[in-house]
Amino acid sequence: MLYEVLISPFIDFAFMRRALVAVIAVALISGPLGVFLQLRRMSLMGDALAHAILPGVAIGFFLFGLDLWAMSVGGLVACLTVALLSGLVARMTPIKEDTSLAALYLVSLASGVLIVSMRGSTRDLLHILFGSLLSIGSDGLILVVATAILSLAAFAVIYRNLVVECFDPTYLRAVGGRGALAHMIFLILIVLNLVAAIQALGTLMAVGLMILPAAAARFWTRSVASMIALGSSLALVSGLLGLMGSYHLDLPPGPAIVLVAGLVYAGSVIAGRFGGLLGRLFPGAHLQH
Amino acid sequence: MAVAHLHAEHHHHGQHHAPAALDAAIRLENVTIAYQRHPAVHHLTGAFARGSLTALVGPNGAGKSTLLKAIVGLVPLNGGSIEVADRAGLAFLPQVTEVDRSFPMTVREVVDLGHWRRIGAFRRLTPAMRAASAAALAEVGLAGLDERPIASLSVGQFQRVLFARLIAADASLILLDEPFNAIDQRTIQDLMALILRWHAAGRTVVAALHDLDFVRAHFPDCLLLAREPIAWGSTRDVLTPAHLASARVHADAWSGAADICAA
Repeated sequence: MLYEVLISPFIDFAFMRRALVAVIAVALISGPLGVFLQLRRMSLMGDALAHAILPGVAIGFFLFGLDLWAMSVGGLVACLTVALLSGLVARMTPIKEDTSLAALYLVSLASGVLIVSMRGSTRDLLHILFGSLLSIGSDGLILVVATAILSLAAFAVIYRNLVVECFDPTYLRAVGGRGALAHMIFLILIVLNLVAAIQALGTLMAVGLMILPAAAARFWTRSVASMIALGSSLALVSGLLGLMGSYHLDLPPGPAIVLVAGLVYAGSVIAGRFGGLLGRLFPGAHLQH
Repeated sequence: MAVAHLHAEHHHHGQHHAPAALDAAIRLENVTIAYQRHPAVHHLTGAFARGSLTALVGPNGAGKSTLLKAIVGLVPLNGGSIEVADRAGLAFLPQVTEVDRSFPMTVREVVDLGHWRRIGAFRRLTPAMRAASAAALAEVGLAGLDERPIASLSVGQFQRVLFARLIAADASLILLDEPFNAIDQRTIQDLMALILRWHAAGRTVVAALHDLDFVRAHFPDCLLLAREPIAWGSTRDVLTPAHLASARVHADAWSGAADICAA
């Protein structure tokens, strides 16, 4: 029984094995990226960037159909353009960052959906919005896994600078650290991984495995390193459960995975050890010292 | 009179009117720093002597923070030059508002950052460095709190931790930006005693401060800044009623439609 639920889908079907590998890769890199999005108070910006991918992917699709590389390059270009534009608008006009991001988010989503519908079917649109984890090809798999491995390596290099840049940027610059460079590389990693994740989760969900598990992890640990480890682990668990749920219940995998991550997050908000709601309602008797 | 003298001097910018020091820890040469073309620090020339203990005072917006950040290299100069004799031995304490006090880090990890210049982004802490961190924490009166998350500390305790980080850095030149803002009296006393020990050990210390009575009580030298340098020298000569009045006039003179400075 347990064998049939948990193991046999992966033994019997190659597409499930490929989906499994893609989910593991996306989950592992999501931990560190998500934790730092949160620590830098940039979760919403990550979300807006993910949406900014859509028009680029859509133009790639419009010109070349469902071609992995055309859609990825399109997404990459669109995402970088929008990141620069929104920074410029927020810096050079009275529009604040949140409004600038919201504006961007809406325009991207609308133009992306419009472009896809000009050429493709509703089915194509759903593929782009929610990913096609169960039909990911070997090209897509290589893209996802290679991006994750390279990003983890790059992340290890910038890690210490990035931590101190979040905590005390002035001090870091005073002692000759490379905080600004680390931050820039971090942003590039975010964009690259969002683009890679659209294969698995789609443009709407790509950021979900970054933000939800990292936010949940903050309720259970108080150091950056363990938060990252827990973030990746929770992303992995959500990915696996979502994948099986989508297989057995015949649901689209992207939303299934993000919803499981959402449940993990909700559970942490309620029962989390540090700052959870239950702890607030029932603080327990005070200690001697 | 001294005001007029100083003004005359900074236009010829050649001499140093700070404590007549040949052995300067920091040398400023006609330094101007502007935000959107309005000078925050205007034609400042002088030197902080090696081993001196100087308070940087002036009204709000006088350019105290800006000058410290320029010395550290955090803001670009619009004119002039700043020469730091021992840049590798420089340590800086940012204003407490510039630090994320809710960040998930322990006290020990923050103090260990004092060793950054020796370990950089990739090397490990040596046992000697760990011992130095522990000793620094004991010196600021927080021995045993190593593993506490910084989010659980009071403002005063947190400032003690940042001072422990400065001790661990073992710097020869220490710049403090408003070190005692919103800090309790007891902590101010302890940390001031620490600053005086640094001074006795021959380190150079510059601190931006507000409380003039406090400065008179503890700081031998003083630079009074109101965008323009008003006076620089021994605290007794600098903090005179005439200078302070002049500082207020300069600080209030900000206007949106200033002419281009010809100097």
